[in-house]
Amino acid sequence: MTRTDTRVGPVEARPALVPARPFWTSRRRDHLTGYLFIAPQLIGSAVFVILPLILVVWYSLHEWNVLAGTFEFVGTDNYAALAEDPNLGSVLRATGLFSVGLVVFNLALALLLAVLLHQKLRGTIVFRTLFFSPVVVSLVAWTIVWGFLLQDNGGVNGLLDTVGVDGPNWLRGDGTAMLSVIVVQVFKNVGLNMVLFLAALQGVPGELYEAAEVDGASRLRQFWRITVPLISPTILLTSIITVVGSLQVFAQIAVLTQGGPGTSTTVLVYYLYQQAFQFHHFGYGATLSIVLFAIVLALTVLQWQMRKRWVFHES
Amino acid sequence: MSRDLSPRTKLVLYGVLLVLAIPFVFPTWWMVTSSLKPVSDIFAFPPQLLPVNPRLDAYQRVFELQPFGQQYLNSLYIALVVTVGTLAVSALAGYAFARIRFRGQNVLFLVVLAGLLIPSEVTIVPLFQMFFKLGLVNTHWPLILVPILGAPSVLATFIMRQFFISLPGELEEAARVDGLGRFATFWKIALPLSRPALGAVAIFTFLHSWNLYLEPIVFLSSPEKFTLPQALTQFVDAYGGPMWDVQLAAASMTALPVLVVFVIAQKQFVEGLAHTGLKG
Repeated sequence: MTRTDTRVGPVEARPALVPARPFWTSRRRDHLTGYLFIAPQLIGSAVFVILPLILVVWYSLHEWNVLAGTFEFVGTDNYAALAEDPNLGSVLRATGLFSVGLVVFNLALALLLAVLLHQKLRGTIVFRTLFFSPVVVSLVAWTIVWGFLLQDNGGVNGLLDTVGVDGPNWLRGDGTAMLSVIVVQVFKNVGLNMVLFLAALQGVPGELYEAAEVDGASRLRQFWRITVPLISPTILLTSIITVVGSLQVFAQIAVLTQGGPGTSTTVLVYYLYQQAFQFHHFGYGATLSIVLFAIVLALTVLQWQMRKRWVFHES
Repeated sequence: MSRDLSPRTKLVLYGVLLVLAIPFVFPTWWMVTSSLKPVSDIFAFPPQLLPVNPRLDAYQRVFELQPFGQQYLNSLYIALVVTVGTLAVSALAGYAFARIRFRGQNVLFLVVLAGLLIPSEVTIVPLFQMFFKLGLVNTHWPLILVPILGAPSVLATFIMRQFFISLPGELEEAARVDGLGRFATFWKIALPLSRPALGAVAIFTFLHSWNLYLEPIVFLSSPEKFTLPQALTQFVDAYGGPMWDVQLAAASMTALPVLVVFVIAQKQFVEGLAHTGLKG
């Protein structure tokens, strides 16, 4: 590249500005090209992410009932109503229960499956495909089938009956409804975390185990002292993805339990949907959106902090 | 971990894997076989693992009760448009953030990344109002525009940026020596090299759109506009109870084509989705 070349160039090779240059220097061209390239994404973010985020704050300060045609500024009334909402405790409990249950079951099962598939066995690729397959099954289709299986006279209780166990009415029982929703979601997506763990396990050097073997460490001890610390970045990554995903659960609740029995499976997003789009309280729906946003933000910050302390190394 | 195992251990491991596979495989099996059973056999005891009197009645009724063909087309064309649109937007933005220097780059990247922190459920109320004011409620526009330009495409942009950063700089220098401009370099050099990343983004974008449920039920109200996930829940009798055989037939038709593609291209799916670390 010569010094008079005005075509675009890499940063390092760019010469200092020479007074006699034409207006469209390679630097100016680069700026323009850069802006043009990111324009769709940037304008899209402004219109469909930033603007709605500002609007959701603005709406939360209004009493807004579409059916009644009212839209008036009420200050922090919606937040006061939130504090007094008799359902709030139950909604937050259901949300927390679902998230914790999902993360624990999901990560434990994903790790177990990954360790099993990491063994020297023929045909593990077939099992990997089987365990992964629900990920690509349409979420609502998967949920409908499980709803069918979990009916009082459905397939699960049918199978339990053949071994002499009288199964409960899974989706109508107080504790079993939440358990059912969690389990359905775990089997749907555990394959993703399993694959991430599998990749992490393949990165653990085999010599470490050989050395531990020589020292007489048991398999279990090797797992806790070698495997877990070495794959801790992946454990953190999967837990972040799973927790944030768990807060967005909606279709499973809408199809399986409609938030019931009572409000035992009414998680935050489902409650938000009910308030805004079934009861037409848009102002209050916006307030609940902010609660959801605050929780996601707090969790993200928390996990960044944990990353510094807990994780063995950063890849 | 991967050490040689005794035959006995292997046998135990196979047993464990087979038992563990049941909750992953049985639902799909049960969905397809039950959809072929007459209603009277659906809850038969003991359960029929294979339909005793297979029939296709339920499949016929799917199309009688809902404009299911239209709904299928809706889902398919929306997912395809969203996939192509997302690829275009995210490849351009990802390339610029990775390979071009321009003023305010880092700040603008952070602005875009904010979308990763904001689940689409947070903005569903204002988005509904925005599209309502534009007269675009009960059209497919919200289901197309928001994923391509809004929060869902941010992850795609991030993945594309990470990929383009990893490309060696010599390639672009060679392109420049050949007299290619920025766009030509992007189009002829960088893009063809980024096929694995584009493939991963295409797969998860398609699945995301195909599975979308909250947005369709918020934005769409007439059956001929519905997408598949929404249509699946509409097969109910006069009392609101699900018509299981018909629902399962519709669910089978929704799930099986994607499953078949997955089995054929499972390597691309598994690696693509795992590397993007995304849930559906």
